[in-house]
Amino acid sequence: MSSLPHIHRRRFLAGTASLAAVVALSACGAKTDAAGSSDKAAKIDVSGDTVKVGLLNSLSGTMAISEVTVRNSLMLAVDEINASGGVLGKKIKPISEDGASDWPTFAEKATKLIKEDGVAATFGCWTSASRKAVKPVFEKNRSLLFYPVQYEGLEESPYIFYTGATTNQQIVPALDYLKSQGLKKLYLVGSDYVFPRTANKEIRAYAKANGMTILGEDYAPLGSTEFSTIANKVKASKADAVFNTLNGDSNVAFFKEYKSAGLTAKSMPVVSVSIAEEEVKSIGTQYLDGQLTAWNYYQTTPGAANEKFVKAYKAKYGQDKPTSDPMEAAYVSVYLWKAMVEKAKSFDPEKVKAASDGITFDAPEGKVTVDGASQHIYKTARIGKVGSDGLIEQVWDSGKPIKPDPYLKGYSWASGLS
Amino acid sequence: MTVILGQTFTGISIGAVLLLIALGLSLTFGQMNVINMAHGEFIMAGAYTTYVLQKSISSAGISLLVALPVAFLVSGALGALLEWLLIRRLYLRPLDTLLVTWGVSLMLQQLARDLFGAPNVQTRAPDILTGNITLIGGDDPLTVANSRLFILGLAVAAVVALSLTLRLTPLGRRIRAVVQNRDLAEVSGISTSTVDRTAFFIGSGLAGVAGVALTLVGPIGPTMGTNVIIDAFLVIVVGGIGQLKGTVIVAFALGVLQSVLEYSTTVSVAKVLVLVGIVAFLQWRPQGLYTLRTRSLA
Amino acid sequence: MNLLKSRSARAAAGFVGAAVVLFAVAPLVLSDFRLGLLAKYLCVAMVAVGICLAWGRGGLLTLGQGVFFGLGGYAMAMHLKIADAGPGNLPDFMQLYGTATELPWWWQPFANPVFALAATFLLPMAVAALLGSFIFRRRVKGAYFAILSQALAAAFAIWLIGQQATTGGTNGLTDIQGFFGYALDDPVNQRTVYFIIAAVLLLLIALARQLIQSRYGELLVAVRDSEERVRFLGYDPANVKLVAYVVAAGMAGLAGALFVPAVGIISPALIGIVPSIEFVIGAAVGGRASLVGAVLGAIAVAWAKTALSEEFPAAWTYFQGLLFIVALAFLPGGLASLATVVRRRRAAAAAEKKAAVIPVGEAA
Repeated sequence: MSSLPHIHRRRFLAGTASLAAVVALSACGAKTDAAGSSDKAAKIDVSGDTVKVGLLNSLSGTMAISEVTVRNSLMLAVDEINASGGVLGKKIKPISEDGASDWPTFAEKATKLIKEDGVAATFGCWTSASRKAVKPVFEKNRSLLFYPVQYEGLEESPYIFYTGATTNQQIVPALDYLKSQGLKKLYLVGSDYVFPRTANKEIRAYAKANGMTILGEDYAPLGSTEFSTIANKVKASKADAVFNTLNGDSNVAFFKEYKSAGLTAKSMPVVSVSIAEEEVKSIGTQYLDGQLTAWNYYQTTPGAANEKFVKAYKAKYGQDKPTSDPMEAAYVSVYLWKAMVEKAKSFDPEKVKAASDGITFDAPEGKVTVDGASQHIYKTARIGKVGSDGLIEQVWDSGKPIKPDPYLKGYSWASGLS
Repeated sequence: MTVILGQTFTGISIGAVLLLIALGLSLTFGQMNVINMAHGEFIMAGAYTTYVLQKSISSAGISLLVALPVAFLVSGALGALLEWLLIRRLYLRPLDTLLVTWGVSLMLQQLARDLFGAPNVQTRAPDILTGNITLIGGDDPLTVANSRLFILGLAVAAVVALSLTLRLTPLGRRIRAVVQNRDLAEVSGISTSTVDRTAFFIGSGLAGVAGVALTLVGPIGPTMGTNVIIDAFLVIVVGGIGQLKGTVIVAFALGVLQSVLEYSTTVSVAKVLVLVGIVAFLQWRPQGLYTLRTRSLA
Repeated sequence: MNLLKSRSARAAAGFVGAAVVLFAVAPLVLSDFRLGLLAKYLCVAMVAVGICLAWGRGGLLTLGQGVFFGLGGYAMAMHLKIADAGPGNLPDFMQLYGTATELPWWWQPFANPVFALAATFLLPMAVAALLGSFIFRRRVKGAYFAILSQALAAAFAIWLIGQQATTGGTNGLTDIQGFFGYALDDPVNQRTVYFIIAAVLLLLIALARQLIQSRYGELLVAVRDSEERVRFLGYDPANVKLVAYVVAAGMAGLAGALFVPAVGIISPALIGIVPSIEFVIGAAVGGRASLVGAVLGAIAVAWAKTALSEEFPAAWTYFQGLLFIVALAFLPGGLASLATVVRRRRAAAAAEKKAAVIPVGEAA
């Protein structure tokens, strides 16, 4: 104890020194109101004969069940492009990172890809939460993200290209379809996170304007696998149809319970917006036969481009592996980026963005066009029915690609939403 | 009225699932004080066993029945291996078993991903188990899912088998002796390490059986174990460590509570209320519903 | 020479060394990005300081530190979000997902920076005091306490997720732009945030050391090792534990608060069961009972997670799992005990050698 004052003095000195350093340094930093404080675009590493791109998906954790297939599809596109000569004469070097189903990790890895690796663009993310976590990272560093999953809309980041559907290309057409079938009393079931909650808000607004009624709205925590009560509630509501925005694992439990409760696609159809061929495979057709899905692409979508995509995917990953909408959107995103870069003749994100408007690609889902203003793409909406072979057959489509409208500005019923 | 009856049965069926996943823990955690976080992955192993068996046995019904004993052996063997490799070094540090087996659980999940692929896999349930029985007909029918009845039956059978084993067989006597007084059991000539390994084998094997049952109601994938493991521990803690009857009562009570709250609120709110309720309950009875009287002061 | 041998002097030298590494070496050697990551690890280390106190010294396996980390983090992030939005405006996510036209009542006090800053540690401490006074008085302990804290972490995370309109739900509070008027995307300010974090960590270590060395610290260890005897001696073990629990909660709260400007996000993903276990594992790998061990262990485990996942994105969980198993199953005292173990082995080997020259018969 006798030497205590001694330490105190030293500790005090160290403490003062550090505080002084803090004060001195903070004096140099930019204030929030200072204009152009973030005027620092990330450096892209184009030295050598390769260009790096980031692939950011969850390879571990709860979201790996979905995101690994997107990663496979991205790799397929990269390999194909490299086999045909690369982009602007450079081979693509994919840098793989695991988002680990954890949003702050996504932000960390995105920063790493941009700052340490100097990637020209990043492809990936699945959940809206992961996108929201990385959005500021891409905006601050002025780097590009290509996001391949359908989502809830109400977003237009200048540094994100959205190659999945926004609401008016998936949910609104699905509601139109239900209405045309005379299914007007709906029950909403979703996972407890941004996409379902926002989607259901939009569905309620649509229903109000179109004479439909919402009989109930239930959420289960992400990853929840106990659905007997929700199935009971749905059954007791005697709704015409169920609008399902559940994600991942929960779908399996929900449909098993749904069938056990004696509900079928005939008595009360379920329209799902997150069940693609891969999910059908993991749930089983005995539970899904005849249920409806809303997407922009199915493995069965006709066309030479799709035949080539499906064949290439199966050749690379196995004959029993299906292709699905998010996988297709991911595959397309790499090709769209390539086309933008080639049009811009540069990897510079600003030039790539400027070149993006009107870029087209003969995608497996049909011809897609980039809308430069919103950085979304024109997509055809398709309603499908799960067949007993595990594939989804299209029963309706919008006829032509729908212009993306993430803020639903063209719909009067949606005026109060944002 | 139908609603109340319906929710009560739903609660009982949720309870049956809880009971099945917690039963193995009542041995490994309850009796042996090992906090095995990899128990969830043993459940996963049972589910994947069903999946693998179905690839070679085409009839869904037969493969399910075959899967029950096979999954017991597979998960049991995994458990015994874990006990031999790691747990036996940790009996004096029960809280450390939690962290070590957490590491094991991470590795097993990744192993499942590499062996069976990251996406969930599918098993086919026998048709008879996807239907339901109507208890009360009419406009607002009360139906009971066959899969739930099967799980309830399985849970009851497993409880009876386990408690008879503990009570009547020489092995059960040895397990109880070791639990109650390890040193005295040792000097009485019981090989405590063999008893430990056997008990761990049985407890983990029961997780495998639970895994087979879960294929009827939930997803089969690498993270299926993490979804249920905490609930299972809570059942044991609330029921009282080392007490089979506590586990049984609490599993069903929590199931009914959850289903009633779910019906009147939402799943998330119900989950929060149940968890907060459990914390409050432990204030009232810090050692759980039933306590094992021992001479130890701790 | 004598002076160097004394524990206090060694500790002082350690502090100066750590300060030099944190304030001079790290900023010179590391890139902006890596320094940002180090800031994040240091936040985890702050939680580990508290865990060292509560678990290593007090025997309380707190598997719910995520709750306190989250309380601190949300308190800070709420203030920064309000400040980002500017007076009279709602934070961005409320405009998107909410229905309210003005700030909810429980957000309003956080507009005040002093209140928010105080809340980052006082709020977790108050919650811990309330919970702890019930739990410890009822003598909930051991595995019961561990699992009960896990249940709380799960409940808090689920609750936050369910309140999307006012808490941001699963997303959490993201896109935080400023830190008390300074733009966070400026590298100079990021560096300042790092220095603040490093300074606070050193301060917390000093505080914990002071507590451990005090009479109270000895009492705490006594409670850990034999609660009943302490009771028989006339002390109330519940109060002794409560202090450690509350202090640990305050440290976790501060860590969460500083994590926000360092990473720019706080979300339920940092609160639930998994992150709570990860907080504890870092301390355990390093050596729970030793302050230096716990802090370095936390930093090392967090660093290993980053490094392994960058190197082996598809297989890193194997290595992480293996690290936990090997460190915890075979080194109960953590890496901090490695030196002692090696020394003891060497001593034993030397003794054996000596024994070997002793004629047979006398060796035994």
